[in-house]
Amino acid sequence: MSTLLNISKIDMVFPTPNGDFTALKEVDLQIKKGEFISLIGHSGCGKSTVLNIVAGIHQATKGGVLLNNKEVLEPGPERAVVFQNHSLLPWLTAYQNVELAVDQVFKKTFTAPERKEWIEHNLKLVHMEHAMHKRPDEISGGMKQRVGIARALAMKPEVLLMDEPFGALDALTRAHMQDSLMDIQEELNNTVIMITHDVDEAVLLSDRIIMMTNGPAATIGEVLEVDLPRPRDRLSLAQDVEYNRLRSAVLTFLYEKQRKVEPLNHGQKKQQNAPTNKKVDVA
Amino acid sequence: MIKAFSKSGFNTLNNDFMSQWFVRISTTVKAIMLPIVGIAFFLGLWTIAANNIDTSLGQFPGPKAVGTQIVNLYQEHVDSREKEQAFYQRQELRNAERLKKDPNYPAKIRDYTGKETFLDQIITSLVTVMSGFLLAVIIAIPLGISVGLNKSLNLAINPIIQVFKPVSPLAWLPLVTMVVSAVYTSDAPMFDKSFINSMITVTLCCVWPMVINTAIGVSSINQDWLNVSSVLRLPSLVHVRKIILPASIPAIFTGMRLSLGIAWMVLIAAEMLAQNPGLGKFVWDEFQNGSSQSLSRIMTAVFVIGFIGFLLDRAMLKIQRFVSWDKTTVNR
Repeated sequence: MSTLLNISKIDMVFPTPNGDFTALKEVDLQIKKGEFISLIGHSGCGKSTVLNIVAGIHQATKGGVLLNNKEVLEPGPERAVVFQNHSLLPWLTAYQNVELAVDQVFKKTFTAPERKEWIEHNLKLVHMEHAMHKRPDEISGGMKQRVGIARALAMKPEVLLMDEPFGALDALTRAHMQDSLMDIQEELNNTVIMITHDVDEAVLLSDRIIMMTNGPAATIGEVLEVDLPRPRDRLSLAQDVEYNRLRSAVLTFLYEKQRKVEPLNHGQKKQQNAPTNKKVDVA
Repeated sequence: MIKAFSKSGFNTLNNDFMSQWFVRISTTVKAIMLPIVGIAFFLGLWTIAANNIDTSLGQFPGPKAVGTQIVNLYQEHVDSREKEQAFYQRQELRNAERLKKDPNYPAKIRDYTGKETFLDQIITSLVTVMSGFLLAVIIAIPLGISVGLNKSLNLAINPIIQVFKPVSPLAWLPLVTMVVSAVYTSDAPMFDKSFINSMITVTLCCVWPMVINTAIGVSSINQDWLNVSSVLRLPSLVHVRKIILPASIPAIFTGMRLSLGIAWMVLIAAEMLAQNPGLGKFVWDEFQNGSSQSLSRIMTAVFVIGFIGFLLDRAMLKIQRFVSWDKTTVNR
């Protein structure tokens, strides 16, 4: 299958009063249609910056992002984003939040009854049909995130971007949401880029795990193919040899090779960075 | 042993129940009683103070004098209305008689020119403050939104706002009066000049807090909501209508409540200063009149002004509760 999304050698430099700060250096990644990609790395390594560049919210300093061979220059609904803290509009109900997106994206292509049906369909997909007409402050954190996902899915995006979608949820809700997401993915087979901190989440959901080195000048350290058969079941996987091998591979990367040295008392402690893990070619 | 345990358990349960009720009743009693105690204490203190203050216009009015005046002022209003009706009736009768004698007689009705009553003045003031306030809303909210959205515009306009904000609108009053009498000239004016003067003064004091609060509300909108809007590629007008405006409603209302409060205070002063019809003029006329009743009538006006100010704020709060999604900012 051909490449749908091409993140081509992007650098990201932020100007600061103390000189330029290079956040990303030569991040290069090609994603096929229907792939589920996880970006994992320590906080501050620029995962969100990569996602924001793909979303079009930031522009890369060097290099660029191509979707279907067209350069990404601004945000758009074909690259829908599920934000970390749901970012639902608090004055609208769940239904109206999705409606805002659907009305904007399908104003011309769908009739009013078709749009209504499509909104309800997406809310059903995330099991929110019972609380469709509640406002965000009347529903739980997990439910808000579901509505956020429904809103993104309802745009029929070519790539779904998720910025730590379950990061703010408790462990049980998170597991539940991951299962839901796998069910939805089974049905829709979307192309997804998800940022995560959670090793289990990355292995469970992804087709490929992109492990990023620590910043500054962060880049892709290693890429891990996850060949576990789908549908995946978290209980049986817990005993699975391959699952545990992948899991420990990610853990090794994060806590041995890219061990984040936090300056505690010894401010001058060594900062070990990218050079040991030269970028792996991905295509 | 078990018996004793269960018995004590029952007792604590019962005690809990009782104490819960006690707490509930005592809070209700407190909520009702304490304001009553406060008011009674105030009335007592006021009476004592009033009895001990003698002025050239007689004794300072106590609660009783004010109570009498409320009745008086209302009665005067009723009387005046009866007089007015009788006046028009007389004219109609006279016209009818003249027409009987001479069918070509051009019937005329002269306007009643009696003095405005206290109730008339209240209504004039209310209409003025609401008109000035609404005019300010129409100007300030679009301006505030533009300033909040556009950093360059904000930098350009901010110094002007900061300088004009602390100016008492009363300082503007002479200028407003002169400009209105020069510019607002028509043979059949829709509004009195005095009304326009007062209204513009109210607008001038309402605009600044509203612009500032709206601009702050708009410029501090959650970045995530703005990202949602840009991912959806909302056109600018839809963006303002669906994201900016609802998101800044709490801040806009803060500005509106603030400025309505100031406006009501300023209006009374402006009416006193410029002799424009309204409660301020009533107070000033009574002061100039200097009868033995004047002080108690002024004191009555003071209470009415306070009470109306309170009602205006409550009304704004009610509207805010109805309109705003953010219920937390409403419960001050």
